[in-house]
Amino acid sequence: MASQRDIRRRIRDVGRIKQITRAMQFVAASKLKRAQDATLAARPYSEKIDEVLADLAAVLGDQEHPLLGDRRDGKRLIVLITSDRGLAGPLNTNTIRYGARAITEHAGDLAVVSVGRKGRDAMRRSRVPLEAHFAGFGDRPAFADIIPLARLITDGFVNGEFGQIDIVFPRFVSTLVQRPTLDPLLPIKPTEDTEGIPGNQFIFEPDPGTVLEQLLPRYVATRLYQAVLEAKASEESSRMVAMKNATENADDLIAEYTLAYNKVRQANITREMIEIATGAQAR
Amino acid sequence: MPLLLEIVTPEKLAYSDTVDAVLLPGSEGELGVLPHHAPLVSMLGVGELRIRKGAETETFAIAGGFLQVRPDKVVVMAEMADMAADIDLERAAEARREAERALEGGFHEGADLAQARAALQVALLRQRVAERRHREGPRRRG
Repeated sequence: MASQRDIRRRIRDVGRIKQITRAMQFVAASKLKRAQDATLAARPYSEKIDEVLADLAAVLGDQEHPLLGDRRDGKRLIVLITSDRGLAGPLNTNTIRYGARAITEHAGDLAVVSVGRKGRDAMRRSRVPLEAHFAGFGDRPAFADIIPLARLITDGFVNGEFGQIDIVFPRFVSTLVQRPTLDPLLPIKPTEDTEGIPGNQFIFEPDPGTVLEQLLPRYVATRLYQAVLEAKASEESSRMVAMKNATENADDLIAEYTLAYNKVRQANITREMIEIATGAQAR
Repeated sequence: MPLLLEIVTPEKLAYSDTVDAVLLPGSEGELGVLPHHAPLVSMLGVGELRIRKGAETETFAIAGGFLQVRPDKVVVMAEMADMAADIDLERAAEARREAERALEGGFHEGADLAQARAALQVALLRQRVAERRHREGPRRRG
């Protein structure tokens, strides 16, 4: 049986771990709030872009722009969005496994762009060709950070290197639920404009083609930005829950060790008393 | 009929209120929008967006993006939209000096040069808008 001193040391160690996990839990909670706010704040812009795109699609045919055409030649590209750091529960594992399924099911040529270090490491381990890697964009992803990624993807699609591009990222459903999701990014399928003014009643300045040309790269960047923000919110909420569980486990361990400690202490006292009593009788 | 104006950027909803009129920099020139305007989608340039609401006016520095007009609603989708009152004068001046240094800083080609020029244009605009606001305060008419 462990000595009193051993058990005491173990209780102290678990207590220190608990301090760390609890601190991480609170940090994640406050970052989650920020990430959630950013996700909500970015939504109006992306909704408006969708709306204008639908208006344009009503005026222009499908084949007016290379980003709209449904071409099946060229590689398939998967943009895998994960976090840079670990200790976020099963989040990254789930996202990567989900992405890996899409990768193995696809028979033809395929490449991956990883956003976030965890995804990159996993792809390297399983020898999936990496087209490019972007480190996750910190605690407050800015729209400007996304532009190089968006440019790389649009250029690759326009020059025919990629025929189909999908985003894999953990969708933020709630604090407790984050669902790995595969969203098609390119080619673009504009949504139907169900409300408001039909697209063909709009005047376009300078002309529909030019507006579309300017709009599409921004549309791509906006979609990517949304996915990055959701992944961020998912990361923080998953970490918060994982650290909460870890803190509770530490409490359980401390209770268990304290019980064991008291038992050993009691046994020692009892033994000493027997020894004293036996010694006194022997006189 | 009231005119609802919404200014959105990729990062946030910058403004949302009913206004009397709005004046903004279209890609084809200055553009004034009153209620009952014909449906319009236009590209935006770099410049000032002026809002008139009753006796008050409000100014934004905006750059790049789109404008969607309906008879009762104007939506500005801009890459950047800073309310004049929110622009820090010193920081704007510093950004302008930096943009100028980048331009003078020697050899430029193609996209690089265009980018540096655009940055300077935006920096100048922000400074101009902020300075005027600083001088005049929130403008009131009548």
